[in-house]
Amino acid sequence: MDNFEPKIVAFCCNWCSYAGADLAGTSRIQYPSAIRIIRVMCSGRVSPFFILKALSVGADGVLILGCHPGDCHYIEGNYKTMRRIPLLKKILKQLGIEEERVRLEWVSASEGAKFAEVTNSFTQSIRNLGPNTLGNLKQNYQEARHG
Amino acid sequence: MAKLKIALYWAASCGGCDIATLAIGEKILKLAEAADIVFWPVGIDFKYADVEKMPDKSIDACLFNGAIRTSENEHIAKLLRAKSKIMIAYGSCAYEGCIPGLSNFYNRQMTFECAYIETPTTDNPERIFPQTKVKVPEGELELPEFYDTVKTLAQTVDVDYFVPGCPPEEKTTWLALEALIAGKLPPKGTVISHSVKAVCDECPRKKEEKKIKKFYRPYEIIPDPEKCLLEQGLLCYGIATRGGCGALCPQANMPCTGCYGPVEGVVDQGAHFLSALSSIIDSNDPEEIQRILDDIPDPAGTFYRYSLPDSLLRRARIK
Repeated sequence: MDNFEPKIVAFCCNWCSYAGADLAGTSRIQYPSAIRIIRVMCSGRVSPFFILKALSVGADGVLILGCHPGDCHYIEGNYKTMRRIPLLKKILKQLGIEEERVRLEWVSASEGAKFAEVTNSFTQSIRNLGPNTLGNLKQNYQEARHG
Repeated sequence: MAKLKIALYWAASCGGCDIATLAIGEKILKLAEAADIVFWPVGIDFKYADVEKMPDKSIDACLFNGAIRTSENEHIAKLLRAKSKIMIAYGSCAYEGCIPGLSNFYNRQMTFECAYIETPTTDNPERIFPQTKVKVPEGELELPEFYDTVKTLAQTVDVDYFVPGCPPEEKTTWLALEALIAGKLPPKGTVISHSVKAVCDECPRKKEEKKIKKFYRPYEIIPDPEKCLLEQGLLCYGIATRGGCGALCPQANMPCTGCYGPVEGVVDQGAHFLSALSSIIDSNDPEEIQRILDDIPDPAGTFYRYSLPDSLLRRARIK
């Protein structure tokens, strides 16, 4: 497992967390190269489908970053995320996937340091978990309807 | 015009879909006028060997119900695909895996343990499980192999159309058969149903803003007959399920369980129900949210009741 370099998808909301990641960059704060950022308009836009899709095509972990509760640009998008992720984790557990592979954190536009800290600690926890054993389902199964 | 040739088959299913084909009532006479049934294990005595002797593509359409769980299911699916011009996944099992697909939460050994050891009415001290081959004085006997994972028909062979439902409603069945008889079939890959929208679109219950403080199971409350069941805290799957059934269950005071599959354009029905359902929980406090969610006893089994094999993750990972 020494050479295991995880692939992590990080959904960052446009208004807070993506700006937080940007601040981490402009402030020259290091964060792991394992993180692949996908910018979304709001953490509430991250359908559980996106997270399952990421896991099913081989992501080792999925990070969802949004504005702090009360700070959502769309008033309550992040509250929806706050309700979805615990239910999604229950389902992952039932399906035999470690719930630690999915994490929700709040990172504001001024928290470049927190962005680095969250991505570092998440990457470390995924390293400890090891690779996602789902592999790439797309290759393992005959694809019929999922394209 | 020559009569159409139609085959019907059941793989891993309960037999309800075969009954559903008969539920078209007197329209069966119209079907008999237009088509000959050349293979139908539940109704007519034809053998697999008879099908093998038919020329390729000699059957006009095959209505295949049931999921793919054994090597026999797979073999016949491939055989009928080769012999049929049109392959229709008829019913939720063939379309999405349905109830047999719930065994994808377990593996073969766990399923065998449950069926042949743990069930209270089973007496099997010698722990005899089905074998693919067994020697008896008369020779060697064979049984089909039982697969670890249940698959949908479309994960096994190329499928032209899908007819949703557990089982499909009479009008849905007739919509497919009528199109077949008239030769006016929709584009390949179509899910044949009267609606591409959600069950809620057909449901006559009064709908207001949805906010849920507590989830109930159907036996815990007597629901208001007028009001939306979901708003009353029942896990009604209508918001994430394709309509076309006429919203029969909600009208009988039972929450929709999702048998018509996802609405048009949606891939993973469970994920979308999860998304919609959790969004309407009436709390912004993580601990309270957790408490409200704890009232759902088996979320994965509930959300993927009909679609686990067809979902993004397809099965549970067994350690």
